[in-house]
Amino acid sequence: MRARLFRGALITVALGFLALFLVMPLVAVFVQALEMGTGVYWAAVTESEALRAVGLTLIVAAFVVPLNTAFGIAAAWAIARFTFPGRQLLITLIDLPFAVSPVISGLVFVLLFGAQGLFGDWLAEHDIRIIFALPGMVLATMFVSVPFVARELIPVMEEQGAGAEEAAVALGASGWQMFRRVTLPSISWGLVHGVVLLTARAVGEFGAVSVVSGHIRGQTTTAPLHVEILYNEYQFAGAFAVASILTLFALVSLAAKRAIEWRLAHPQ
Amino acid sequence: MSARTLPGFRPALGFTIVYLSLLVLIPLTGVFLKSTGISWSQYWHIVSNARAVASYRLTLGAAGLAALINAGFGLLVAWVLVRYEFPGRRLIDALVDLPVALPTAVAGISLTSLYAENGWLGAMLAKVGIKVAFTPLGILVALTFIGLPFVVRTVQPVLQDLESEVEDVAASLGATRGQTFRRVIFPAVLPALITGTALAFARAIGEYGSVVFISGNLPFKTEMTTLLIMTKLEQYDYHGATALASVMLILSFVLLFAINLGQGWLRRRTGALQEAA
Repeated sequence: MRARLFRGALITVALGFLALFLVMPLVAVFVQALEMGTGVYWAAVTESEALRAVGLTLIVAAFVVPLNTAFGIAAAWAIARFTFPGRQLLITLIDLPFAVSPVISGLVFVLLFGAQGLFGDWLAEHDIRIIFALPGMVLATMFVSVPFVARELIPVMEEQGAGAEEAAVALGASGWQMFRRVTLPSISWGLVHGVVLLTARAVGEFGAVSVVSGHIRGQTTTAPLHVEILYNEYQFAGAFAVASILTLFALVSLAAKRAIEWRLAHPQ
Repeated sequence: MSARTLPGFRPALGFTIVYLSLLVLIPLTGVFLKSTGISWSQYWHIVSNARAVASYRLTLGAAGLAALINAGFGLLVAWVLVRYEFPGRRLIDALVDLPVALPTAVAGISLTSLYAENGWLGAMLAKVGIKVAFTPLGILVALTFIGLPFVVRTVQPVLQDLESEVEDVAASLGATRGQTFRRVIFPAVLPALITGTALAFARAIGEYGSVVFISGNLPFKTEMTTLLIMTKLEQYDYHGATALASVMLILSFVLLFAINLGQGWLRRRTGALQEAA
């Protein structure tokens, strides 16, 4: 009896904490977005600047996700399949961006490519814009999300071992054949898992992109930046409407992540 | 593991190193190069002036407190999720990752709307005289939110591995619930708990998006170091922003190093304990 009471108390306190810190902020987004009715909501999410911001977010992600995925696969192949001096250091360096504040992740590119930056004069002479333009936003987003795929693949590849790949090579497969027929199928779920996390971060990044974007309305505002602009202009219904799209995307990626984890735990 | 027969080592490693150098390492050294562009006394003046010091104090204090709150509640949440069955458990387990998946700006405006004086929670708290939004307490709320998954997700797998039979044995040998927790469970999860807490702390120190809306950004009162860097950038004070960034980077690197070191030490120590037992 006392054990059941104790158990019930623990569950209540834990769920209370989660309700306060997770569920309420989540519910608040949708309630605030729909507060003025579905008509206002629909107008806010289909308004041209909002659509442009969502479009720009997708363009940034379209650059970042394939590049950082290619990096993750190459890094995992080198680290999980070979031993070499400095291997441990390389693993630490890949994780480094997670230890850096998003604000600093954006700042480093301003210092390199901004008007007063190291390459500022050269870029101005050649009329190339990186900061306050798309290339800077892509670079800053790449920086903050570089570790995701490698972190996911290294343990997966280490656990599987190199046996199947060595067999394929011994049987005369070329490097590319081995990669496509043996490596890729065996890491596919781990890879998808990493790509989901990478995409969620690339779409949602705010601090780093904020530093390099310059907030030029309709030109360099991604969806999270558009939320900030609307909010600071006291257009709360609009801000929460765009925020609700980002929240839905976050929930879908959480569901996808769960489904993949379940698949990884129950291989057929 | 070192299979010399496998192809692709050189191109894979070469690509990795070039990519990482161009994207991460060279840009980061830029911070320290730019910091040397001013004299030592100018640098010292920027990083030690009263407003900067107030921002460090707030950042470390709020991040530290948020990490401690997450240590306590994160351990509890992980325990409840691993050991007890109740309706909705899987859904809640999946939701724990929300702070990582949700864009920080969305979290920021949502928390602000909840805790503002006309918000659901803010209105209730205002009646008892507690103000959250635009005070250090608001920063604490945002940093607790953002750090929540780290403790839960590092402690959870350890609790899963810790067989409940071990506890049954302890109980059958006459240990009370408190004794079982202190002597058996707590020592086993301690390394993971410390790691998770340190990760939550490291994340909170550099946080910007979820804090910028709820803090109100008042110098000396609710201005975290990341917010001060942003203010300096908006005023085109690149030297000031860079000098403060160098302080934060050094702190982050020391923290990263300490986390790695501590993990190794705790692993060895608990390993030795297990062998001795």
